[in-house]
Amino acid sequence: MVAFDEMLPAEAGLRRPYEAYDGWLKNQDPARLTEKMRDAERVFRKTGITFAVYGEQEASERLIPFDIVPRIISGNEWRRLTQGIEQRVQALNAFLDDIYHRQEILRAGRVPRELIATNEAFLPEMIGVRPPAGVYTHIIGVDIVRIAENEFYVLEDNARTPSGVSYMLENRETMLQLFPELFQRIKVQPVENYPQLLRQSLAAVRPNGVNGTPTIAVLTPGSFNSAYFEHAFLADQMGVQLVEGQDLRVVDGHVAMRTTEGYKRIDVLYRRVDDAYLDPMTFRPDSTLGVPGIMDVYRAGNITIANAPGTGIADDKAIYSYMPEIIEFYTGRKPILGNIPTWRCSEPDSLKYVQEHLGELVIKEVHGSGGYGMLVGPAASKKEREEFSKKLAARPSNYIAQPTLSLSTCPILTEKGLAPRHVDLRPFVLVSDRIRIVPGGLTRVALKEGSLVVNSSQGGGTKDTWVLDD
Amino acid sequence: MRLKVSHRTEYSYDEPIRYGLQRLRLWPASGPAQTMLTWALHIEGAREEVRFLDQFGNDTRLLSIDGEPHAITVVAEGEVETNDTAGVSGPHRGFAPLWLFEHPTPLTAPGTTIRDLAASVGSGGDLERLHGLMALIQQRIAYVTGTTDSRTTAEEALVKGTGVCQDHSHVFAASARLLGFPARYVSGYLMMNDTVEQVASHAWAEAYVSALGWVGFDAANGMSPDERYVRVAVGRDYREAMPIAGILIGQAQERLAVHITVEQ
Repeated sequence: MVAFDEMLPAEAGLRRPYEAYDGWLKNQDPARLTEKMRDAERVFRKTGITFAVYGEQEASERLIPFDIVPRIISGNEWRRLTQGIEQRVQALNAFLDDIYHRQEILRAGRVPRELIATNEAFLPEMIGVRPPAGVYTHIIGVDIVRIAENEFYVLEDNARTPSGVSYMLENRETMLQLFPELFQRIKVQPVENYPQLLRQSLAAVRPNGVNGTPTIAVLTPGSFNSAYFEHAFLADQMGVQLVEGQDLRVVDGHVAMRTTEGYKRIDVLYRRVDDAYLDPMTFRPDSTLGVPGIMDVYRAGNITIANAPGTGIADDKAIYSYMPEIIEFYTGRKPILGNIPTWRCSEPDSLKYVQEHLGELVIKEVHGSGGYGMLVGPAASKKEREEFSKKLAARPSNYIAQPTLSLSTCPILTEKGLAPRHVDLRPFVLVSDRIRIVPGGLTRVALKEGSLVVNSSQGGGTKDTWVLDD
Repeated sequence: MRLKVSHRTEYSYDEPIRYGLQRLRLWPASGPAQTMLTWALHIEGAREEVRFLDQFGNDTRLLSIDGEPHAITVVAEGEVETNDTAGVSGPHRGFAPLWLFEHPTPLTAPGTTIRDLAASVGSGGDLERLHGLMALIQQRIAYVTGTTDSRTTAEEALVKGTGVCQDHSHVFAASARLLGFPARYVSGYLMMNDTVEQVASHAWAEAYVSALGWVGFDAANGMSPDERYVRVAVGRDYREAMPIAGILIGQAQERLAVHITVEQ
């Protein structure tokens, strides 16, 4: 099957969103472009964007490769995407509110109770908590794939602590430095104001009763975390403090950070520490990354935690397969953006089907992320499939399977000129009293020819994503 | 019966404390089996930071400690009017769904010993089976202090065959869940006959029986709670219902002294 190319689809010729860019590209000297590619790498090295890769012998820090050909989306395409995304994040927050209160969706039998009851992402400690503006998941990275001109699907909802937004910003910054003339020729909607929007969005969900400008801070697990760069970057760009658990304690009924003038109250904490490590008095007692007692302060309504603890129950891969039902249940409408058909291996009939079609499917761990522990059937060897089949048989409920989608492609610049590679898209959504979506997002690209795995931990790269102001 | 309770907890430290927190669940609520008449908390050497209802509706407070105090004292005391409801504490309330109490927690995860125990409960009506289970646990676990601690799991206690009310309650909750009953852990007080001084705060378990609601089972004493019991907090296990739990940062060594009186 030939993949849909977003620039030059087979038989259809150059697509409109790429016309202006193509016109510019044709007049470029290939040698100059190659030089620009090297410049881009220097920019990234200088800004210090690196990414720690887990599971390798030495946890090495490396650059995520950047490709200088932008991925371009028309204003119209974007409007349709944003409608679908808004509908989805509204449903996600309604689902979380319901799951931690009356659980109407379980009573109605639309989502099986067992899926929640046996799920580690469901936090009983959140039962009865209604955060300001009813928002549980404030920052969402929705992974979207395209397979045809008008066919977009949501691959997953990252509703816990999605990362990657710093790459979106640095990619744009780099493109502006390398090709300022391009941005004069082509009107591209800005993404640079994301940190200001994030700040506004977080300020809007400050605890009830906080008047004036709330104090915001970013909580990082520390410099050994793979996304530490992003935590520091976002804190810096928002003009707020970057803090670690050891800097914080409970003072006067609030979580407060140590400063040179004593302890200062925090109203909104953008935390990049996972639920299990957030509060050793409530969750894992051995955690040194969290803040003891923060859940008590939270339940007392004296701090906003973004994203709220327990949001993982909404983006769990087993829950994902119920998203069409969830969207309809809470919005009363059919989903605008489709779900990928998903086989839940916990169901015997599905398991049988999956075992018989391993060579055609992508099989993922229910709680996994980052492309770890998955099998891409068509790309796997017979031996790999056999080994995976045993794992699947041993713990069926740990896996879901999806068809291998022919993700759309976008050209990248190689030594031999432009060549198509598969891409996905992660727009970043901010939810507070309103929903804000920065036009664009992170385009991840599988750099290996034919590969469908775009994860940076598995050899993927990134591109600047343009939404045209047309 | 009108019960007068005084529960004094004293922590003393051998050096100043850099920072510490204590979480208290020491505020009983009125319900079908009891009415709170007066209640008060006296705290010395620590500051109350927040007060809130936890996921099970327990009135909870967080205290902080730092600097000089070498001791902190928490006294919970008051009067409660109790009545004998034959152990029935009423319908399920709150947002925590009943199904939450059907599943094990780390402290109540069943192993083969608990599975065997649950399987040995005879057939019969709900209450009959639960009373049968309570009797089995009382036989199997002798009340001996000092042989288990707050981290002992239900399975470990049953294998060991000795323990305190916390262990009896964990084993009961774990087994009742295997038999298909939602079950929870209750912390509170018991007025032992002929004595004002109580050795410790008490704990028992409750199972949910469709026709009656929550019903209490005190496997340590082989009986359902009556008017000598005061309930304070509930959870799926000890960790979620414990009266006082803390965290201490720094090198100080902590010494604990508890003094409880329950009298008419």
